[in-house]
Amino acid sequence: MKEGWEAVIGLEIHAQLNTESKIFCGCSTRFGDEPNANTCPVCLGLPGALPVLNRRAVELGARAALALGLRINEESIFARKNYFYPDLPKGYQISQYDRPFSEHGELEIVTATRDAAGHAREWRPMIIRITRMHLEEDAGKNVHEGLPETDRYSYVDLNRAGTPLAEIVTEPDFRTSWEAYDYVNHVRRALQWVGASEADMEKGNLRCEANVSVRRAGEEKFGTKVELKNLNSVRFMQKAIEYEIERHIELIESGGRVTQETRLWDDRANETRVMRSKEEAHDYRYFPEPDLPPLVVTAAFIEEVTAQMPELPEARRRRFMEEYGLSFDDASQFTAERGLADYYERAARAATNARAAANWIRSELLRELEASGRGAEESPVKAEELGALVRLIDEGKISGKQGKEVLVEMFASGKSAAVIVEEQGLAQVSDAGEIEGIVDEVIAASPKQLEQYRAGKETLFGFFVGQVMKASKGKANPKLVNEVLQERLRKS
Amino acid sequence: MNIETIKTRLAGGELDARAVAERALGAAEELNETLGAFLQIDRAGALARAGELDADRGASPARALNSVPVAVKDNICVRGLQASSGSAILRDYYPPYNATVIERLRAAGTIILGKTNCDEFAMGSSNENSAYGPVRNPWDTKRVPGGSSGGSAAAVAARIVPIALGSDTGGSVRQPASLCGIVGVKPTYGRVSRYGLAAFGSSLDQIGVFATNTTDAALALSVIAGRDPRDATTADVAVPDYVSQLTGEMQGARIGVPRELFGEGLDADVRASVLAAIETYRALGAEVVDVELPHAKYAIAVYYIIATAEASSNLARYDGVRYGCRAEESRTLREMYRRTREEGFGVEVKRRIMLGTYVLSSGYYDAYYLKAQKVRALLKQDFARAFERCDAIITPTTPTTAFLLGEKTDDPLAMYLNDVYTVTANLAGIPGISVPCGLSQTNLPIGMQLLGAHWSESTLFRFAHAYERAQPFDARPSVMAKGEA
Repeated sequence: MKEGWEAVIGLEIHAQLNTESKIFCGCSTRFGDEPNANTCPVCLGLPGALPVLNRRAVELGARAALALGLRINEESIFARKNYFYPDLPKGYQISQYDRPFSEHGELEIVTATRDAAGHAREWRPMIIRITRMHLEEDAGKNVHEGLPETDRYSYVDLNRAGTPLAEIVTEPDFRTSWEAYDYVNHVRRALQWVGASEADMEKGNLRCEANVSVRRAGEEKFGTKVELKNLNSVRFMQKAIEYEIERHIELIESGGRVTQETRLWDDRANETRVMRSKEEAHDYRYFPEPDLPPLVVTAAFIEEVTAQMPELPEARRRRFMEEYGLSFDDASQFTAERGLADYYERAARAATNARAAANWIRSELLRELEASGRGAEESPVKAEELGALVRLIDEGKISGKQGKEVLVEMFASGKSAAVIVEEQGLAQVSDAGEIEGIVDEVIAASPKQLEQYRAGKETLFGFFVGQVMKASKGKANPKLVNEVLQERLRKS
Repeated sequence: MNIETIKTRLAGGELDARAVAERALGAAEELNETLGAFLQIDRAGALARAGELDADRGASPARALNSVPVAVKDNICVRGLQASSGSAILRDYYPPYNATVIERLRAAGTIILGKTNCDEFAMGSSNENSAYGPVRNPWDTKRVPGGSSGGSAAAVAARIVPIALGSDTGGSVRQPASLCGIVGVKPTYGRVSRYGLAAFGSSLDQIGVFATNTTDAALALSVIAGRDPRDATTADVAVPDYVSQLTGEMQGARIGVPRELFGEGLDADVRASVLAAIETYRALGAEVVDVELPHAKYAIAVYYIIATAEASSNLARYDGVRYGCRAEESRTLREMYRRTREEGFGVEVKRRIMLGTYVLSSGYYDAYYLKAQKVRALLKQDFARAFERCDAIITPTTPTTAFLLGEKTDDPLAMYLNDVYTVTANLAGIPGISVPCGLSQTNLPIGMQLLGAHWSESTLFRFAHAYERAQPFDARPSVMAKGEA
């Protein structure tokens, strides 16, 4: 940002809660069905139909609120937000207004400044104040293209109407576009982690709006803000905010003024465009929804939800460090995604060697997964199998080098380590007596080399190792071979 | 024929369901030109239904309302029948589902005869706001039947059907019942499911019943009452067997009289009849106590803020996009909305949408809507205190008897004052019943209203029934189904 200026940014996130059915009726929330296939009198807004709150949406809303450190209000009120639009069947959206589901959160995220190439430099913690998170229904979709006579008609698909959303609003706490970027990624991960939302921006089940203004450094008063919409990825959001900050500064420095308005990000043109000015802003005429009683959330309910929640990422990272002796980096990496954390934990238990399991996952498994574009949950090598492999190595049944080959084979065939070792006859000979026998045979068959070795040509040690491994068809435990050879060669 | 008579004659083999249906259909068809009570008479459906009931005669005695013909206000959804709500914007609208009350009535063995005329979206007190013409009062066809459930009231008063469904947002069941000389019940808010009732004022609306007598009304309500998982505002409160509570017992009963409601603006005949009813209760052994409702004088103002606010939002769905009428050939979306709603809604509905939009607007919300909600809470307290002193409150149902068609159409405020005694129950969420209590000197029926605490419908039925036995209402309207007494 230009010297002498400061940006002030607040964010609103709409996250689709991951329910099977809609928030006020029993229709499916499935994506991609025939237009208007998942509708009923309630979500079509037919005369006489009434909303009934989906308990699952409340549970997932509670999970989201708890994952973001918000306080859940004992009583919240649904309110009608009134406006006309063809994708809004009732002419109002059931949302929440002055008594939202949850409020007053302080979320610790980590953020970093970025270099010109967008690479992070030095991560630091930052507290973001979350004003509120409320529950509401989504609208449907207007379709203007790809159907007959779209020059004369538009179409309405109400499959999405009534899908449950959580709207998460922050205080204007961000000062750079990258802080906003890191926050949205944090929220996405947290919502995915607790299973509250798929939080996939490309699928549209996480949407983001940003309020941006600038002021001279040291100034207390906020500048005029602009609302940014159509931010279809976290990166687009970051770019749009950056663009807007620069636009505001240039405008003001050249003697102009920022207009309060809503702008859209055009990702092809890489710029923002005016959508509507403040004069066209709606008066939504909010009032309490008379069709729904106040939503009462008891302490017992919160306890129940908490009990069903997975351990949150930060707590789990700390525990991984204490319980498994992992480094901060390993623990952070493994708790970046819940599936990976679960995978690691299962593998560590099966391996009975938590740090070895960590090494195998970090250096081998993740590479294989990345190469095949899969997440830990979809790994063809189950966590327990990976643990078993680590154990085989630990117990000296196979060497570490063999282990790597076995893992590649496990990945390709889905067979267990034990089966592969058995099939390929890889099991190491770790029986001291057996190895001593082979060593003795090799020494007996190489009197000349023995003489030279004992005369001081110690480089011949490698020759003996090679002969033993060859005689054992590579199965002899190298460590044992080494020990036995040392001992036998020394003897006179 | 009342329900008891139908039951007896079916049991005695004098009638079957088909004959009952034919009789009601014949009367509805014959009188509709005179009364305008029905918007749709479902001859085919009613006869088919009667056929089903006759074929399944074995199960009949178990059905609470076996073979009873019912008329249904047009703002309540019946699958396969129209549901215009008296509005042009829903001309030829056929809902694809049944209201919960309809499911319950069907399960109880009724025959749905057809859909009755009403004020557009239940907004009115004379039935003159219907887009399909007025309903006429069977006692005097120059007069209004009251509203908004005027068609249902007229159909029962003319003995076309023994019971009918209406909806009551500010008096729309009790007021027409009073003007038509029949019984009308508005249950406690949350007693009867609103699922399938086109909403007007969602926090005030309740489906209610009309009948020629208290027993039939009690029976009908016991069938439709009770919690419905499709309506989150229904309460999980047990529904008593109302009919078994009709004991006639009045000893020790306390009846409250809010004297301030018997003053200015009340017709002399109406006052005299209701005061006489109070004396009847005293004679039956009830104790008469004075009660005060200090905030009742604000009820009309509060009602017209809250009801219109909710209506402005509830009626937003009539936008021409998905169903109902649409102004064709509009060039822009805005124009489509504007023309659809301009052409589709009547004057009174537009007036209330504008009022409601205004009171919810930014900058006015606190002064109107919020203040009205506060006064509403005070009114609820008034009633709670009053019911510490009495079991039921008695008032007139309406300030006057049935007025002439056209008499008040140019004066909305005069029209609104018709609801002065009835709106309080909707604001407080309490039950009310209107019972005939005499005739005016001009031979028009007069109704008295009994109000009770939440969930006290049994008490109201008992009070109403005791009065009915002591002072039988034998007068009959001039327009009536053939062969009815």
